[in-house]
Amino acid sequence: MTETVLEARDVVRHFPIGGGVLRGPAAHVRAVDGVSLELREGETLGIVGESGCGKSTMARILAGLDRPTSGEVRVLGRPISGLRGRAMRRVRRDVQMVFQDPYTSLDPRMSVGDTVREPFLVHPDLAPRGERDRRARELLEIVGLNPDHAGRYPHEFSGGQRQRIGIARALALRPRILVCDEPTSALDVSVQAQIVNLLDRLKEEFRLAYVFISHDLGLVQHVADRVSVMYLGRVIESGTQDDVYDRAAHPYTQALLSAAPRPDPGLRGEREEIVLEGEPPSPAAPPSGCHFHTRCWKADARCAVEPPEFRRHEGARPGGTHLVSCHRA
Amino acid sequence: MASLTPVSGSADLRRPLPALLRRPGFVISSVFAVLVCVITVVPQVFAGLFGHGDPRRCDLADSGLPPTPGHPFGFDIQGCDLYSNVVYGARSSVAIAVLVTAGVLVIAVVLGGLAGYFGGWVDAVVSRVMDVFFGFPALVGMIVILQTLSVHNEVTVSLVLILFGWAGLARVVRGSVLATVNSEYVAATRGIGASVPRILLRHVLPNSIGPALVLSGLNVGLVIASESALTFLGVGLQTPAISWGVQLNTAQQYFTTNPHLLIFPSLFLTVTVLSFVLLGDALRDAFDPRLRYIR
Amino acid sequence: MLESLPGFDPAAPLLAVDDLHVEFGAARVVNGVGYAVEAGETLAILGESGSGKSVTARAIMGLVRPPRGRITAGAVRLRGVDLLRLPEESRRRLRATTVAMIFQDALSALNPVLPVGFQIAELFRVHRGLSRRQARARAVEVLDLVRIPAAAQRAGDYPHQFSGGMRQRVGIALAIALDPKVIIADEPTTALDVTVQAQIMRLLREIQREHGTALVLITHDMGVVADVADRVVVMYAGRVMEQAPAADVYARPAHPYTEALLGAIPRPHRRGRPLAVIPGAPPDPARPDPGCRFRQRCSYASEACEEAPEQVEIGPGRRTACHEWERVSGR
Repeated sequence: MTETVLEARDVVRHFPIGGGVLRGPAAHVRAVDGVSLELREGETLGIVGESGCGKSTMARILAGLDRPTSGEVRVLGRPISGLRGRAMRRVRRDVQMVFQDPYTSLDPRMSVGDTVREPFLVHPDLAPRGERDRRARELLEIVGLNPDHAGRYPHEFSGGQRQRIGIARALALRPRILVCDEPTSALDVSVQAQIVNLLDRLKEEFRLAYVFISHDLGLVQHVADRVSVMYLGRVIESGTQDDVYDRAAHPYTQALLSAAPRPDPGLRGEREEIVLEGEPPSPAAPPSGCHFHTRCWKADARCAVEPPEFRRHEGARPGGTHLVSCHRA
Repeated sequence: MASLTPVSGSADLRRPLPALLRRPGFVISSVFAVLVCVITVVPQVFAGLFGHGDPRRCDLADSGLPPTPGHPFGFDIQGCDLYSNVVYGARSSVAIAVLVTAGVLVIAVVLGGLAGYFGGWVDAVVSRVMDVFFGFPALVGMIVILQTLSVHNEVTVSLVLILFGWAGLARVVRGSVLATVNSEYVAATRGIGASVPRILLRHVLPNSIGPALVLSGLNVGLVIASESALTFLGVGLQTPAISWGVQLNTAQQYFTTNPHLLIFPSLFLTVTVLSFVLLGDALRDAFDPRLRYIR
Repeated sequence: MLESLPGFDPAAPLLAVDDLHVEFGAARVVNGVGYAVEAGETLAILGESGSGKSVTARAIMGLVRPPRGRITAGAVRLRGVDLLRLPEESRRRLRATTVAMIFQDALSALNPVLPVGFQIAELFRVHRGLSRRQARARAVEVLDLVRIPAAAQRAGDYPHQFSGGMRQRVGIALAIALDPKVIIADEPTTALDVTVQAQIMRLLREIQREHGTALVLITHDMGVVADVADRVVVMYAGRVMEQAPAADVYARPAHPYTEALLGAIPRPHRRGRPLAVIPGAPPDPARPDPGCRFRQRCSYASEACEEAPEQVEIGPGRRTACHEWERVSGR
């Protein structure tokens, strides 16, 4: 059994909304509402879901950029919740993040060389002073950029090139885990392919494990070993890539898969199409019982009252870990 | 793997200074700004260019006379040479303007920056204090404080102007810091474990100071005008002192009969303010790599 | 009113763009784009960012205006009537009533301080001369047509009170209100979630079927194109690379760029293998180039490509702009 490098247990993150200085908040957005995940060494865990499902909040919590309201995150077996200062900085090295928007994730006033060199200034023990320049150039080369352009500024690069710079910065600390939050959603298809291939290559070279977050089901299917599907702050189904894509048990996963357009006109009219009614409810006021029952065509009276347990799917293969949260599955 | 080349870019304009020197706006405005500062430091050199150069050698017989040879700006109501008065007046006016602008900028950046970055109760406290200074009738406050101080020199006037001037700029800084703090590159820097001072000084400040710099340049004129208002109310610099504010105030009453009294000091004032504004503008552009190239 | 205008020809295509050139300053964004669409047909304009697909649409809608942008050559014809040569006033009226646009961000087409019902009613009052009450009734009808629940009440709501999907429905309502002959939809579902995207595409299809409208669908999503398009125009660097019936494009691309694009999409059966990559980056539109604009990134490029290829007819309804198309489609 391979080592678990990143683990989240019952992570909850509520954001207060409304209220003021003296009054308490008027309500809470339950962005993440009890999520448990596990990432093993050398693995890619895909997280899919629509906007507002909490996948980006989860990414920030996993990367240590946000603290959960309750629950625990463990990096290489160590809980990070209580850590501050030096100890926290040490843990941060192991988990780095690749951001969604390459246009806002680089400081426009810093040359790309400085951006990639900055991690060494923050962690001086990683590279001696004289080494830093060379290491930064090396990193730029690794991600496929010309190291002679280290003096240039982000606005001189295209979106795909900027995303490479962001990846180089993340790699500087030699992390074990990379949390990629929609790393290609701002990019064109052909550029997306470049970045996906790059991430794939780096995984081997740097012995990385990925948390790959995306709304693009086809892309997640391409990169992920295991997949978790999120809806309104909860994981509603998880399993191996085959479990989720070929044997989807949760109605929401089924609808999601059916709604995703396929690049094959031959399938038009052939495939069964489940078009859901309405849109995901607001995470500030999630429905009672099963969060999905308001849009579910299989829902019955019980679904509106009783939240389903996240349990092993009955159809799961022996020894499999296909989990689903549905009364009707 | 083949290396990719950036989309655009030319080599030598990447550093701020060479880029600056190629902007006519910067060159002209900085020449004027430097000139004004030199005048402030050694007025005697410039005052004597045309005549006797002594602002206090006055003859009431010359009261309000228009320009004559040796006295290019004419005479004021006291019969003093207006040119040397304007030159000496730069000293107090510019000193106060620079002091106040710098002071306001420092306070605004520190308080506005902290409020914007930390949010929560820090923001609540700073914002309420700002509200107090906003809501307070500034002029009344300044009069009361200066009256009690009884010492009216450049320093006290500057301090009072700073006290009642920082809140507006601090609010601007807070706003732009707030926008910067939520950007992903700040999150990314936090993600590599950078300390708060590093994030603030290396990332947040450079990216949010632009609007404050421009506004500060515009403030210079306002400060000089405020100084003159205080003088007019009898709580600013006192009469033996020479400043543009004092001159402008006196000139107002005689504008219809002796327009040159108003025109020459305000000409100097306008050029000074304009050069500081352009300077602020050019500096902001120069330190922003996206704007550094000449279009 | 179309019939009375100069150049009208009932046999001409409903909407035809011909050799269109658009410049933004030094950047030549559109370099001779031509396509045509008939009533009841769905034409997909497929391209990546910078391909000029949206600019072409904006030029059709008259949204490219000096001093920022300039149409330097070409024609936009509605049944033979060249929009670009009409006097401003009749051009404006014609556009408003025959061609409508749906934007990626529906909010950009809506005034935030007016109720959506009022904004739709306004169209009926200005262009149909209806009374306030009649116009309002029609507005509610249109909102109902785009399946907005409780349309009569929601007509009084402001744009920000609608969710993303509902907002796009309002955008569609605004577009179909005057029963246009052509709808241009510029990435109408890009900002939406997958499940909502499916709803919107289904709605667009139904409206098109019921009204016989021509739909020009501008998108970068090859999945959406495969689902709805009759014909596809593939654009790159301001030019049309290939146009063909949708099924043909996917089954047998006749242009290296199309082929490369299709290879770059992740597909289940190619899992675990690297995706096909188009090396390099698109050319700089400010640096004109006499050759084929794709040749630096093309694996088929030959000496012939130093000269820009003309579009050639290679089959029924199929055209490609590639010297080497036989090698591409022959595999």
